[in-house]
Amino acid sequence: MPSITKPLIPLAPLAKNELGLTIRDYEGAMSTLCAGCGHDSITAAITHAFWELSTPPHTIAKLSGIGCSSKTPTYFVRGAHGFNSAHGRMPTIATGAAAANRELTYIGVSGDGDSLSIGIGHLAHAIRRNVNMVYVIENNGVYGLTKGQLSASADIGTRPKKGDANVVAPIDPIMLGLAMGATFLARSFSGDKEQLIPILKAAVAHNGLALIDVISPCVTFNDHEGSTKSYRFMREHEVKEVVTDFVPEREEIAVAIGGRETRSVTMHDGSVLTFRSVPEGYDPTNRISVEEYIRDHQRLGEVVTGLLYLDEGAPSMHEINHTPLEGLNKLPFSALCPGSAVLEDLMSDFR
Amino acid sequence: MSIDAAPTVRVNDFAIKLANVNGTGSASANSLLMQAIFRMGIPVSGKNLFPSNIQGLPTWYEIRVNKDGHTARALEYDLMVAMNAQTYAEDIAAVRSGGYLLFDSSWPLDDDLHRDDVTFLGVPLARMCLENFAKPRERILMKNIAYAGAIVALLGIDLELVRSLLAETFARNEALRESNQKALRLGYDFAVETFDCPLPFHLEAMDSTTDSILIDGNTATALGALYAGATVAGWYPITPATAVMDNFTKLCATYRREVVPGANEGDPPTVKNNYIILQAEDEIAAIGMVLGASWSGARSFTSTSGPGISLMNELLGLAYYTEIPAVIVDVQRTGPSTGMPTRTQQADILLCAYASHGDTKHILTFPANPAECFEFTVAAFDLAERFQTPVFVLLDLDIGMNDWVVPAFTWDDTFVPDRGRIVTDEDLAGMKEFFRYTPADADHVAARTLPGSDSKGAYFVRGSGHDMFGRYTEDTDEYQEVVDRLKRKHAAAATHVPAPVVITRPNAAIGIITLGGCDLAVREAIDELAERGLAADYMRVRGFPFVADVREFVERHQYCFVVEQNRDGQLRSLISIETGVPIESMHSILAYGGFPLSAAQVVDGVVGLGIIEQLED
Repeated sequence: MPSITKPLIPLAPLAKNELGLTIRDYEGAMSTLCAGCGHDSITAAITHAFWELSTPPHTIAKLSGIGCSSKTPTYFVRGAHGFNSAHGRMPTIATGAAAANRELTYIGVSGDGDSLSIGIGHLAHAIRRNVNMVYVIENNGVYGLTKGQLSASADIGTRPKKGDANVVAPIDPIMLGLAMGATFLARSFSGDKEQLIPILKAAVAHNGLALIDVISPCVTFNDHEGSTKSYRFMREHEVKEVVTDFVPEREEIAVAIGGRETRSVTMHDGSVLTFRSVPEGYDPTNRISVEEYIRDHQRLGEVVTGLLYLDEGAPSMHEINHTPLEGLNKLPFSALCPGSAVLEDLMSDFR
Repeated sequence: MSIDAAPTVRVNDFAIKLANVNGTGSASANSLLMQAIFRMGIPVSGKNLFPSNIQGLPTWYEIRVNKDGHTARALEYDLMVAMNAQTYAEDIAAVRSGGYLLFDSSWPLDDDLHRDDVTFLGVPLARMCLENFAKPRERILMKNIAYAGAIVALLGIDLELVRSLLAETFARNEALRESNQKALRLGYDFAVETFDCPLPFHLEAMDSTTDSILIDGNTATALGALYAGATVAGWYPITPATAVMDNFTKLCATYRREVVPGANEGDPPTVKNNYIILQAEDEIAAIGMVLGASWSGARSFTSTSGPGISLMNELLGLAYYTEIPAVIVDVQRTGPSTGMPTRTQQADILLCAYASHGDTKHILTFPANPAECFEFTVAAFDLAERFQTPVFVLLDLDIGMNDWVVPAFTWDDTFVPDRGRIVTDEDLAGMKEFFRYTPADADHVAARTLPGSDSKGAYFVRGSGHDMFGRYTEDTDEYQEVVDRLKRKHAAAATHVPAPVVITRPNAAIGIITLGGCDLAVREAIDELAERGLAADYMRVRGFPFVADVREFVERHQYCFVVEQNRDGQLRSLISIETGVPIESMHSILAYGGFPLSAAQVVDGVVGLGIIEQLED
């Protein structure tokens, strides 16, 4: 993907995180996406989330597939290790990488074409395996790089810029995730950094696969009248009832801002996630209640956002497979090769 | 001229075929016979010719015994064990003239199936088992051991040896052990009492297998992966490769699992696996997992067959272009498409050599038997990391799924794996800047960093156009610089892949090139041609890219043959494309019907060209 190195202009003293790094240290190359692209806001949110978490850049592995969204890992955390793979295959590469080295933080950035069409099988199985990673879908309902074809997430009735309105059922990654046994499901809007950043931070803390579906309007091909993934539609139809705060392990919870109901979940790494506001009858740890709630609102043409579902107790890929804590790639050859005596002994089984 | 009608005695030189019904338990009886012959120290092979079916269809097992080690598939059978009424007609027709046929005489054989030149040996197997066993399933299963008992007597197999093998097999199940021993004895005693045992062709103990083992290629490959230090495997079930991962799983559970006692008394022990085996959703995911793990610096592999390679093509190109190691075991089966999943072929040669779109070339190794499967699998991991590229180990169903007599494997404890060029954090500290694809070494390989290393070594793996610094490019020169180096890098691997095996004879006018599991049949054919006065040189290529010797071998011989198991002469084409020798300078001898190659097919191919006549002129 083309990229332009960002000039590092010294501005007024910038705030530093625990590592003494500024937000600039978490940025990447200049974006070459269209001006106003929702993806760039997500890039900014990811940048902020990692900076606020003080994640050492070199311990981040950022992966993507192919498409506009998949270009974005170039635009954040330049000191992280990147892998821009093939269309739809990012989850498979991320699975192998996470399997080999459990010490890094994996973030996969994908799009609706990448994850809900060509790579839907890989996404579904990555969810089932509960791969230790953050999985962001930058969902705009269209194929941007090939100029505006509708994707599998396009709602019925959505009009592309050219051609007929969509008549086939959309695929909702959150519903897919619920069916596949996902352990962390969130939806957000690229235009809402305030909501997205805490969700991203909670996703990093989550033990397993954290799927975040971010509605991200395509200003060039899907921001017109008749689109359900436009800025205007989202501003008018977003239902932000599930509001969360994420408090890293190191900080004390100062105030749990009152709402109709609060509920705290301690994440695997000791940090705390507080559902500051959830509507009545909604339990973010109950799969059935979540599904019902989202469906009810979908019928009204509303998009529910927030951290929608969380199961922090489920075993992740590493626990399921009993992999060593230090990472398989760190094991010395001597710990892996059984040696000549064992082989000689084994040979007697074949005589 | 003798008028003695007594048949010629042949010791340790014959072939038998057993015709069975799939799913009736014959496999264990057949491998019992094979194992007994092996333990008698006699060179032997067993080939399972089975259908893609769980129960009911015809299946055959062939055993060839040859004191000189010629154990490729034989096409003439001295004894047919006809246990499948569905295939009586074809099985009876397959017996060599003067040969024998053993059948279940519980029911009479149709008169029209009779052959005057074949001796029919009737054993009332079903009746025997009905009279001696109570359970219905046992009555069916024990027929197999009963016919094995009759064969033990007919071929002069050491009865005590067979008894002890059964005792080993059923060490933990007394009831089954007793039933088996009883059935063995029933068949044995009947044969001894009824027939003139042993038959004119029979066995006598030798000592040629003392340092050998009996093992299949899939198991050997799994052992290779274990010893090479593979920690991550991604795979999808497919015949005939499934047993590679089944075996790797078993081996890892034994040799890579640590059970850590609980911290406090009463705490349950925890399990620590120094490996991870992921059954993927498809072969695309399997190779994707391998790439992710290899990128991270773990030794990783997948095993599959042709249809899986077809699916993996996309990411194999990514691995090639981004220079990520990967080991791919392809246990070839008969294609195209689903083809014949339980039949053998060597038809993925070109597919693997050039897998994926765009200009790609891969490193291939061609083991001929399970011993080489072990050796080449270990080598494949070194090659993959040394050259930062996918490396294929190309077995076939015959090697992978059949038991072969091969020298016992050994391991050198001083072995140090070649992990290739990796830049560590210490290296980075002393470097001004790190670039992924430059500078390259004499083999045209540049050093890589692993994810998790210092940010100075961070870079973007990208399948899109990139320059030698790893940066995105659409510039002609920058793009070509990288792909030209990749071509040179591939060529540099020629002297690192297993070298060809060459066996020459004085004044040989013909040369025969082959690969993989054709080995034994071709060498037997060369012996037979020599008996006919035709000296032939032998070259077995064991790796791709080819060393210069391959080209020289073709150029050196007036007649050059390429023997392989596919329709289109893929090895011949590959040699021509890659060495520049004209394709017409090589004659193809092809066997691609799905069964392992026989020497007779090679001899016929050479003789059929009319060379003997031409050379005599």
